[in-house]
Amino acid sequence: MEYFAQQLVNGLQIGFVYALIALGYTMVYGIVRLINFAHGDVFMVGAFIGLYGIGTYHLPFAVVLLLAAVGCTLLGVLIEQLAYRPLRDAPKIAALITAIGVSLFLEYFTSLKPLFGPNFYSFPRPFEVVSREVWGITVTNIQGIILVTTVLCLALLQFVVFRTRIGKAMRAVSHDHVTAGLMGVNVNLVISFTFGIGAALAGVGGILYGIAYPQVNTFMGFMPGLKAFTAAVLGGIGSIPGAFLGALIMGQAETLTTAYLSSTYRDGIAFVILILVLLWRPTGILGVSRTEKV
Amino acid sequence: MTGVRTGRNLAALLLAFAAAVGGISLLEGHGILNPYWIQILQLACIVTISAQGLNVVYGHTGLFSLGHAAFYGIGAYTAAYLMKGWGGDSQLLFVCALLAGGGAAATVAFLIGLPTLRLTSDYLGIATLGFGVIMKVVFDNMDGFLPALGGARGMTGIAKMTTVPWALFGLLVSTLVVRNLVHSSYGRALTSIREDEIAAESMGIDTFRYKMIGFVTGCAFAGVAGGLYAHLYRFLHPSNFDFFKSIDVLMIVVIGGLGNMTGTVAASFGWIFLLEGLRFLLPPEYVELRWVVIPVLLVVTMLLRPQGLFGRWEFFLLRARGER
Repeated sequence: MEYFAQQLVNGLQIGFVYALIALGYTMVYGIVRLINFAHGDVFMVGAFIGLYGIGTYHLPFAVVLLLAAVGCTLLGVLIEQLAYRPLRDAPKIAALITAIGVSLFLEYFTSLKPLFGPNFYSFPRPFEVVSREVWGITVTNIQGIILVTTVLCLALLQFVVFRTRIGKAMRAVSHDHVTAGLMGVNVNLVISFTFGIGAALAGVGGILYGIAYPQVNTFMGFMPGLKAFTAAVLGGIGSIPGAFLGALIMGQAETLTTAYLSSTYRDGIAFVILILVLLWRPTGILGVSRTEKV
Repeated sequence: MTGVRTGRNLAALLLAFAAAVGGISLLEGHGILNPYWIQILQLACIVTISAQGLNVVYGHTGLFSLGHAAFYGIGAYTAAYLMKGWGGDSQLLFVCALLAGGGAAATVAFLIGLPTLRLTSDYLGIATLGFGVIMKVVFDNMDGFLPALGGARGMTGIAKMTTVPWALFGLLVSTLVVRNLVHSSYGRALTSIREDEIAAESMGIDTFRYKMIGFVTGCAFAGVAGGLYAHLYRFLHPSNFDFFKSIDVLMIVVIGGLGNMTGTVAASFGWIFLLEGLRFLLPPEYVELRWVVIPVLLVVTMLLRPQGLFGRWEFFLLRARGER
């Protein structure tokens, strides 16, 4: 029983990191209907900013988090403007292929020697790891930090989307970007803002992933990215609470599979759940189905 | 009249096939083409067969599939297992094994299609992506029940059966089958689903049935191509059939122009030869730089020609009858 509870806690840890990445996917998909494959690589860049900020320059942890958020925001906006904006009215598949291209480019370009390099690097710990037993379950301060940061980011995001002017514009553009444009919403700005905010969350997620699983390289973003996207679809893409819920389910499924079956099945189980959920609810758990009109 | 034309076309194709096989073996005999490039040429043919399959699934029917490599892998492992166990070096049994590989891929596609083809566009893509990842996990662990398949260590001891004539023959047959399918009433139904599923349905087309036909046919192509691949490189590893391989085929189909058969052939050959050619153009220590060059080319191609390199233009033998 204690073993089971311990696995649940471990599952929460990875689930919260997936949630930060999944939020970016869900917002971008919600607003431009694009699976932004490069998002996982923005997450990787965030982790590397953490690696240099903490390891090389010994900056305070909060500053590094902020730097990663800002750096990734710039990267996300740059990708949107250079690669996706010219294709906004092209067939959807062209944008998707471009997203895959951007993803490959980021992975291989940053793995060149003058940049990050192709090796695995161990991620420095910005503070001592303290673990404590609570009812027989080991909890670490890292898990605490991940929990607090993720919940803060989520609350901030909910506030931005539902309580601010730009959030209202985001919701309008996601509903119908042509009409929103006619109503005086600056559609380009809103889309850039969405990419930026999603990338910032991914950057923060990258650092949290780094302190929890302290090994980084330039290809690290692919699998977490894929799983986070799956989590977003599982929860109902376009929905913020849905992405969060999907990510938590994903984290639990993975940890419990590793604990009770075998780690070789870990990558598969999440997708089995996804397919089963899609058959039961084709738009995800919290997704809203739209009726097609002729 | 049409009989005469069909006969003439068939004769022309057989002549072209013989000329291609003869030309390549002549070049090989004189040492102009070394065995390495011969192998790459066969790989390009095999990739074309698989890509023609995805072209039917996505290009013609509009079913967004991100798991094509899984079917390629199912075909490869099935054919290799059968040949290794019972085939020896018989050419006839090789053909049977290839067909069995295609059949296995088609069967799995049918079973997967039953639940998933009810999903729409991106959701179907994610479901097939998920299926691809699951199949990769299965390939990794299947030595547990069939040790001959090797699991994560890879499968060895496969006979070398794929030759230039076989690869070219597969290319020719697959392209012809796709051409005849696309220009048949079945093909028209598939295209109508891609264009507008609701309109197709209201015109009395059983959309689910036709989607299934398109999906199963395309996946069967991938299975046959997988069998040829297994007997070309004589070694199979689960990483040959992961998500990136599905993406490779998808990129080929999109770059060629969705639903364009000429484009699929050209893009497959271009893709394979570009990948291998860059190995020689770039200095050895910078070989990984090709994965920086390729995405840039990819993004630029998409920005300049979002409709694919060939758009709607088809090679004359691949057009519908009477179309100019």
